[in-house]
Amino acid sequence: MIALLIRDLRLAVRAGGGFGLGLAFFLIVVTLVPFGVGPQGDILARIAPGILWLGALLACLLSLDRIFALDFEDGSLDLLATAPMPLEGVVAMKAFAHWLTTGLPLVIAAPVFGILLHLPAAAQSWLVISLLLGTPALSVLGTFGAALTVGLKRGGLLLSLLVLPFYVPTLIFGAELIRRGAQGMATEVALLMLAGITAATVALIPFASAAAIRVNLR
Amino acid sequence: MSLWEYANPVKFMKTSGFLLPWVVGLAAVTLVSGLVWGYFFVPAAENFGGSVKVIYVHVPAAMMAINIWGMMLVTSLIWLIRRHHVSALAAKAAAPIGAVMTLIALITGAVWGQPMWGTWWEWDPRLTSFLILFLFYLGYIALWAAVENPDTAADLTSVLSLVGAVFAALSRYAANFWNQGLHQGATLSLDKEQHIADVYWFPLLLCMAGFVLFFVALVLVRTRTEIRTRRLGALQQRERMA
Repeated sequence: MIALLIRDLRLAVRAGGGFGLGLAFFLIVVTLVPFGVGPQGDILARIAPGILWLGALLACLLSLDRIFALDFEDGSLDLLATAPMPLEGVVAMKAFAHWLTTGLPLVIAAPVFGILLHLPAAAQSWLVISLLLGTPALSVLGTFGAALTVGLKRGGLLLSLLVLPFYVPTLIFGAELIRRGAQGMATEVALLMLAGITAATVALIPFASAAAIRVNLR
Repeated sequence: MSLWEYANPVKFMKTSGFLLPWVVGLAAVTLVSGLVWGYFFVPAAENFGGSVKVIYVHVPAAMMAINIWGMMLVTSLIWLIRRHHVSALAAKAAAPIGAVMTLIALITGAVWGQPMWGTWWEWDPRLTSFLILFLFYLGYIALWAAVENPDTAADLTSVLSLVGAVFAALSRYAANFWNQGLHQGATLSLDKEQHIADVYWFPLLLCMAGFVLFFVALVLVRTRTEIRTRRLGALQQRERMA
């Protein structure tokens, strides 16, 4: 499992763009928002949690179709499926590698983007906490969408239609956590729900993804 | 004699062909009488005026929109567990009907909301979760259309409907947390006191029965069409092989 993780990370870094591309995309989204809504700080501060979460969501979506597609084309997915390691473990490791290359950089860089969008200082720590808790769910749910569409020639658009509705609860609780944290309101419910969704998806979704991959490899 | 006999397409075609005219007739009678009763013979309600009449389409459509996904969930499970093709095809046949029901509920809701709330659309939890449900239906239909091998498509969409059901419900509660609603709470209930006068309730009951029967009739027709398409494909395949 560790070997698979290292292989995926190495591929992501060496194939070029895998590591930094998500971050660059995030930066562009954050740069474009003030052009769209105007440079007033109070408006930006109010919509910042939502924009940062939407940016994270889209950056994650960008790299989803590559999770299984390349391995499917060159046949290594067949090898992984017949390997002694359970396919569920393979899926979990792939999701983890995806998170390390897209989710984690976003979490680390998020405070900088928060400053760009005039996010109040009180909300900065909540921003990091909410992204840290929420983004693993995005990667894991992404593997499910990628597994459903892996056999398709042009699954990219279908993949977004399938995956984005699954991101709704995470997005709601994640953005709400920052908003409430910034206003000093009670955050327990949002925090627990966000963590709960992530824990449940990490535990259960690999089974659904593995089932979909087995169907597609038949 | 058991339910599983209808997993046999021949048996299903025979029985559904016999039942279909009856279901269609019954659906037409209940729908027309329920709607006519509701639209022409019900007094205008206090505070609501004539707009109360939209409930005779809105409530049954909303009820069906949710229950059709439940029906797809059950038929998908039967397909996954017992590999009955009729079951998978019934789920496929039901999805577009569910999507249209969701759309009808959203549009009639907007028509009602404009005079009552003063807005066509409000980001209310109920409205929002219906919009999300509509997106789930679209994704399900798109996946069926995208995958070429019918068995693969049936498997993938079944898994999608299972996971989708969980997340559609989760989105409902997340939306509740996210925004306070304008939409009234549940009026109809099986186990609590009802908050509707009998004069409105009886035609509504008739309309709900009509929508259910109408859905059953449509599913039967669409499933029969799917089975015939499948047979046609098999025949053409045989022709080419010969």
